[in-house]
Amino acid sequence: MTIKQLSVFIENKTGRINEVTKILAANNINMTAFSLAENAEFGILRMVVSNVDLAVKILKEARFGVNVTDVVCFTLSNVPGALSTILDLLSKEQIFIEYMYAFSQGETANVVIRPTDVDRCIDILTENKTELLSKANLSQI
Amino acid sequence: MIWNPTKECMSADEKHHLQSQRLRKLVETVYHCTPFYRQKMQELGLLPDDIKSIDDIVKLPFTTKQDLRDNYPYGLFAVPMSQIIRLHASSGTTGRPTVVGYTRRDLSIWSEMIARCLSAYGADQNDIFSVAYGYGLFTGGLGLHYGVEHLGGTVIPMSSGNTCKQIQLMHDFGATAFASTPSYALYIAEAMEKAGIPREKFKLRIGVFGAEPWTENMRREIENKLGISAYNIYGLSEIMGPGVSHECEQKDGSHIVDDHFYPEIISPETLQSLPYGEQGELVFTTLTKEGLPLLRYRTKDLCSLNAEKCACGRTSVRMSRIVGRSDDMLIIRGVNVFPSQIESVILEMKELEPHYLLVIDRVNNLDMLEVQVEVRDGFYSDEITKMVELKKKIAHRLHSVLSISADIKLVEPYTMQRSEGKAQRVVDKRNLK
Repeated sequence: MTIKQLSVFIENKTGRINEVTKILAANNINMTAFSLAENAEFGILRMVVSNVDLAVKILKEARFGVNVTDVVCFTLSNVPGALSTILDLLSKEQIFIEYMYAFSQGETANVVIRPTDVDRCIDILTENKTELLSKANLSQI
Repeated sequence: MIWNPTKECMSADEKHHLQSQRLRKLVETVYHCTPFYRQKMQELGLLPDDIKSIDDIVKLPFTTKQDLRDNYPYGLFAVPMSQIIRLHASSGTTGRPTVVGYTRRDLSIWSEMIARCLSAYGADQNDIFSVAYGYGLFTGGLGLHYGVEHLGGTVIPMSSGNTCKQIQLMHDFGATAFASTPSYALYIAEAMEKAGIPREKFKLRIGVFGAEPWTENMRREIENKLGISAYNIYGLSEIMGPGVSHECEQKDGSHIVDDHFYPEIISPETLQSLPYGEQGELVFTTLTKEGLPLLRYRTKDLCSLNAEKCACGRTSVRMSRIVGRSDDMLIIRGVNVFPSQIESVILEMKELEPHYLLVIDRVNNLDMLEVQVEVRDGFYSDEITKMVELKKKIAHRLHSVLSISADIKLVEPYTMQRSEGKAQRVVDKRNLK
C-alpha cells in the first residue's frame, strides 16, 4: 500500500513555493502532507496531494520540474517511543530511510517515509501490524 | 636592453630580405613535407616558385584551428617524430585538443624569443622569476621557464595555484619578477595584503602578464598595488606559445618577433589583407618553425598593427591590445574556452535539456564560470542528494573537457531562452573594455 508523493524542484527564489500552492489551490487540489528539503541553491518540495495525476499535469504546464515517487505512510499512537519502535524494526531489517516527515495531532501521529526498498518496508510494517495509510485514509485526515 | 639588436632593429630592407628568404624556404618545405599544404597550394594553382618575396604571402592559403583538429594529432607536422622533442596541447572542442610539436631548434628559438621579451622589460641575469603559469601541456609555464634560463635569470618553477605558498616563496627567495595572468596578479596583490607582509619586504619589480586580455586600468591597478612595472606578453600555442609578441619599456604596443613570425591583419569577413593601422583579425605565418610550420594561421584575435619604429629602437612591427575575437572563444582564468565545448558535454548527458547559459564574472579578481542547465523531465528527483550528485557529475565532465572548474546551477524547466535563431548563450559580466 504505497502512496504517490509529488516532488517539485524549485530554485531558491522568493515566492516560488507560494506559486506551487496557488496553482494547486486553483485546481482544487488539497495537500495532506508537505515538507521542504533545501540546500544552498535549490529546494525540493515534497507533498502528498489529493489528486496526483492532475497536480503533475498542471504543474508541468506551469513549467515546474516534477517527479512522482512511491512512499510509505503509516499512523502511530502519539506517545513517546512509538516512532522509535518502528524505526528499530526497520533498521534491524536493513531498511534505509532516504528521508521522512511527520506530523501529529490529538492521539495519532502520521509519518511519511521514503525507504530504499518500498515493498520490503511495507511487508515489515504489515507483519508488525503497523497501521498503513491508504489514499482513502489520507483524504480523511 | 635589446637582447638581439641584429634581429630586433633591422632596417626595412634587411627585414624584407630576411622575411622573403625565410618565406621561400618555408613554402618549399611545407609543399614537400606536408601533404595538407601541398594539396591546398595545388587547389590554388600555386607552386613553391610562385612565392618570390614576402609580398607574395597574400597568395598563400590560410590555416585555421579546425585544420589542426582535422589533422589531429600529427597530420600537419613537417618533420618525422624522431625530430620532435616536445609536445604541447591546448584544450579543444569535443575533447580533441590541438597538438603542437617542437624540434630542438624550435625550442631554442622560443627560448631566445622570451629572452628578447624579458630584456625588453628591463630584466637580466640578476633577476629571479617566479613563474606562476601552469606547467604542463599549456605552453605558458615551460615557455617562460626556458626563456628565463636562456636570459640567464633564475627561475622558480612555481606553476599555478597555492597562492599562500607563491607569496611566501616570492618573499623568501627574493623574487624580482613574476609571470602570471593579469587577473591572478591582482589576486596575489590582495592575498599579499591579507598575509600581512609589507610590500617593502618584497623585491618584486617586473610583472610578465599574458594568457588573457587585460586593460590599461588593470595595468595601473596592478602597478599601484604591487609597486612593479607590468608588461604584456602575447602568444598562442599554435604559433609557438608566449613570447610571439611583448611590450618594451615604452608600453606602446607589443613588439612582434617578426623575423620568426610574419604578421598580417585581415578582414574576418572578406579575408582580404588590411593596411597597417586598421583593425582586423591577426594572422601569423611561422617563418622559421620546423615542427609545425603554419601558413597564414588565423588567430581570431582582433587588433591592429603598427610598423613605425618604436622609441625603444626596435623596428619590429607592434600589435595593439587584443580588442576582441572574431569567434566566440572565451578566455577564463587564462584558459581558452569555446561555448561549443560546454555544449557538447551538455548534449551528451541524457539528464539535461540542450539549453544552457554561461555566466562569466570576475569575483575578487578571479574569473568565475557558472553554467546554468535545465534538468530534463523525468530526471528531477525527490532527493537532494541525487540532484547534488547530478551537479557533481556535470561539473566533473566539464572539468575534464575544459580543464577549469565551473559552478553548475540547476535551474527550473524553461528558464533558458528558446529561440529559433541564435540564442544568447553567454553572459560575460567582466568589464575588460
